[in-house]
Amino acid sequence: MTDAASLVAAGQVNAGDTAWMLAATALVLLMTPALGLFYAGLVRSKNTLNTFMMCVAALAVATVMWALVGYSLAFDEGNGFVGGLGHAFLQGVTFEPRDGTTIPHLLFMAFQATFCIVTVALVSGAVVERMRFAPFLVFAALWSVLVYAVLAHWAFGGGWLQEKGTLDFAGGIPVEMGSGFSALAAALVVGTRKDYGRQALLPHNAVYVLLGAGLLWFGWFGFNGGSGFSTGNSGVLAFTNTLLTPACTLVVWFALDLMRGRQVTAIGAATAIIVGCVGITPAGGFISPGWAMVLGAIAALPSYAIIVWRPRTRVDETLDVLAAHGVAGLTGILFIGFFAQLSWNGVSNSLVYGDAGQLGLQALAVLVTPAYAFVATFVILRVIGLVMPLRATEREESLGMDIVQHGEEAYVTGEGAILVTTDAGRGSEVAPVADSP
Amino acid sequence: MKLVIAIVRPDRANDVLEALYRAEVRGVSMSRVQGHGGELERVETYRGTTVKMGLAEKVRFEIAVSEEFVQPTIDALCEGARTGEVGDGKIFVVALERAVRIRTGETDHGAVTPVST
Repeated sequence: MTDAASLVAAGQVNAGDTAWMLAATALVLLMTPALGLFYAGLVRSKNTLNTFMMCVAALAVATVMWALVGYSLAFDEGNGFVGGLGHAFLQGVTFEPRDGTTIPHLLFMAFQATFCIVTVALVSGAVVERMRFAPFLVFAALWSVLVYAVLAHWAFGGGWLQEKGTLDFAGGIPVEMGSGFSALAAALVVGTRKDYGRQALLPHNAVYVLLGAGLLWFGWFGFNGGSGFSTGNSGVLAFTNTLLTPACTLVVWFALDLMRGRQVTAIGAATAIIVGCVGITPAGGFISPGWAMVLGAIAALPSYAIIVWRPRTRVDETLDVLAAHGVAGLTGILFIGFFAQLSWNGVSNSLVYGDAGQLGLQALAVLVTPAYAFVATFVILRVIGLVMPLRATEREESLGMDIVQHGEEAYVTGEGAILVTTDAGRGSEVAPVADSP
Repeated sequence: MKLVIAIVRPDRANDVLEALYRAEVRGVSMSRVQGHGGELERVETYRGTTVKMGLAEKVRFEIAVSEEFVQPTIDALCEGARTGEVGDGKIFVVALERAVRIRTGETDHGAVTPVST
């Protein structure tokens, strides 16, 4: 620890830390296509590609916006609300270590970019199967700057919550609560799918969902394990807790499934993995492995309840981003206030360990973050809606967003397809038809 | 006794099932088919290959009914499947020579009349 501290003080780049953060950045980037797979499995087959493409859109748009202004607004010195423009267009983001870390500033920026990307992708879960692709691209661009960068500044970039001492290890505030409560607003503005509440709208491929969840868990080791920006204790603790917490959430989810329907469900299990990973995200580097396991068990309860209750309402928050991310993130943020332990994290104690004030700071984040995310997202989508229609027509919704928005199908057979343009086919003979017997 | 065959849009299949249920028509088979009925061909592009999709996904219903159920079945199919645009599908009614319920060996009228449970 003293070695690391002296390196930070000396403003030097550490090779081991840099190596780990390079890998962690790639791990977090994988989470976005993994989320695409997870989401694609949860929708109907005619919307597979569109759903996946919303995550790909985040890879494109959020990365560009992050480099242009997002990173600066999140991590440059500014006021308590938002950062400055000193790092706009990546000015001054070089090989020198980022203040307070032993990794190059450039790498720090890339690592944080992957967080912004996956958060934008998460919000899409609220509006799949009916939102048009073009307004989603505009939304992704605006949201990544006006909501994500602002919340990231509050929590990590020297903003007012961080100044007050609110703890958020890897993104319970900007990533999880930010996406979850924005998703609720997005679902309300875009409106329900035309068949919602009338027909059963079922996941079309549970295997995608499980594989997506597995890849997300894999990527989450970089997400949480990298949020210490080093190979030091807090990163190791968060990495290990990322193994323990979701396992406990899974066990409790199995039990809840058994009590409710006498069977353990696969899509429930995939959801539990996400809820567990989300729960430990804010708390990973602050609580002991024992408390991390308790958090996994506790985090299952509110998210499970909301996932059961939400489809009975008129709110078509389609893929339950609020329950899996917003609420599980909120649980994790509050949990820090009860069980953070100075002997494990070297930063702060909590209510149970004699510092009740920390719980107050955590509660503050739980009040202001959802409010900002909800209101800002609501306004952004309403404004975009003035310029272009947000959703497809009923006819297009029936046909499916894959054909309407992308001119492709996920499970195309090719039977009856007539070539329009190809160089290979020009001048060649017609393929022989099999002789009939 | 008739066999009613209907080719409809896949996204109307649930509405058709609902309409049939309300018309008290029980005993339905459904399969996914591909067909072409004069609707505009969709153009799709996969990398450098652009194709016209001549065949569209459809759902085929097969319903064996006794005479008094023929018209209600047709009405329900039209009600459930119609959008008013080209591609809504067709209904064919063909004479049915025999029908046998495998479980009981009942034939004809008895075989196509639902069991009241």
